Amino acid sequence: MRRFNNLGYFFLEGFRSIFTHGLMSFAAVCMIVCCLLIMGSFSLVAVNLDEMLGDFEKQNEFLAYIDESWSDEQARALQSQIEAIPNVSTVQFMSRAEAMEEFAAKQEETELFDSLPDTVLRDRYRIHVENLDQLKQTVAQVEAVDGVVKTSAAFEVAEGFTVVRNIASAVALILVGILLLVSLFIITNTIKLATFNRREEIAIMKMCGATNGFVRWPFVFEGMILGLTGSLAAYFIQWGVYVLIGRAINTSDTMQLITMLPFEQMATQVLGVFLGTGFVIGVGGSLMAIRKFLQV
Amino acid sequence: MIRFIDIYKSYDNGTKALKGISMRIDDGEFVFLVGPSGSGKSTIIKLITAEAAPTEGRLMVNGYNLNTIRPRQVPYMRRTMGVIFQDFRLIEKKSIYENLVFAMRAVGASPKEIRTRIAYVLELVGLSTKAERRPDELSGGEQQRVAIARALVNNPSVIIADEPTGNLDPQRSMEIMMLLEKINELGTTVLVVTHEKELVDRFAKRVVAIENGRIISDGVGGYYDNETF
Repeated sequence: MRRFNNLGYFFLEGFRSIFTHGLMSFAAVCMIVCCLLIMGSFSLVAVNLDEMLGDFEKQNEFLAYIDESWSDEQARALQSQIEAIPNVSTVQFMSRAEAMEEFAAKQEETELFDSLPDTVLRDRYRIHVENLDQLKQTVAQVEAVDGVVKTSAAFEVAEGFTVVRNIASAVALILVGILLLVSLFIITNTIKLATFNRREEIAIMKMCGATNGFVRWPFVFEGMILGLTGSLAAYFIQWGVYVLIGRAINTSDTMQLITMLPFEQMATQVLGVFLGTGFVIGVGGSLMAIRKFLQV
Repeated sequence: MIRFIDIYKSYDNGTKALKGISMRIDDGEFVFLVGPSGSGKSTIIKLITAEAAPTEGRLMVNGYNLNTIRPRQVPYMRRTMGVIFQDFRLIEKKSIYENLVFAMRAVGASPKEIRTRIAYVLELVGLSTKAERRPDELSGGEQQRVAIARALVNNPSVIIADEPTGNLDPQRSMEIMMLLEKINELGTTVLVVTHEKELVDRFAKRVVAIENGRIISDGVGGYYDNETF
């Protein structure tokens, strides 16, 4: 029962302390907001970049040509076999006539091809893959299917996408990691400053017989409240800024190629990451800051 | 009971603060610890409050062996004593009542215990009518009374006063000493560290004189004759 009473006391003390040391608390929240905004903005750019690369990837396809001696029905029958190959996302059959039609449509002088019979080209499958990293293996598996005589895949383009995606992911991961560490360092120092102002209180508590846990808990709650307040504020600011930038891009004539994910689609994840990060840097910062003053 | 048995204390910088101190303070005693600056008085206080550990020798405080005490036991040992400082060390942003609540909360007292005990100690130190004031609204003597109330509030068996009258005029100093004497009469052991000769002379109490890390005299009243203090 006493422990339960103490929990309420710790929370209240932590909450009151935020207002007693209002300026330092405000500084700590501002630091958390700034750090999360920088980290969040970068992460959102990385997510959108990844999404855009994903879109480009989806447009990447390869063709599998079917033996000329095979009938249309025989060729169509291969669809389920190809679909069963791992990493194949969609398979679209194209008959000789459709292939000729598509070919002719791309030419400027279509009348030149009017006299050609439909059987000049082969039946083919247009195949999309899920993961470009495994394109080579998938192509090899498709080539192994009886009836497939040839494939045409743009391996260089696929490898290019993979390299760009890997570099983008690595850079994002490193930068977010660095920003997290910098945030933790700044928050720890901000809270340390706030704690330094209260070293006398801590010394008095310790001299009265307070345990380290008793001294520590109000600071933990204070750090937690500051961290969560900062992360909520950062979340709403991030949302607003993202929407504004999205509108600017949509209305711009020069940035039509850029597509942005709607914030609502990522809102839960962003909120979770912000709250989690705010909690960790608030509580972690408090614990690290107070450690020194407990040795009385 | 506080018992020093052949205690030595050296600091990391090589200073030998105590060189074989042995003394015993029984429950209910009133003891003055006197000596010039740098004699080792503060080190004795630090050892009793477990802020520092002895380099050699055995030290017992209120049933705790401070040579072998575990860090997690230190808070419970400290609850058996109240400490008063020369500079009062009150929390300026809290009222007198809140300062006392703060000390009682630190040891996990219940709200009911807090209300009852604070009313009693404020009455004892004569500050019942000033509970809502903040420390900066009180005189130095009154602030020291609050510090005494805070030391008493958790009902310790020993009060340790480190130069409690160092910042007070003679009249207020005498009042504080009389208050400590009254507390002692109620059964609490009192150890007062001071270098105020006149004050010590006016109370016929046990005086332990220390110089250069050694006890040079230990007796009642008349042992405090050395002019260097």
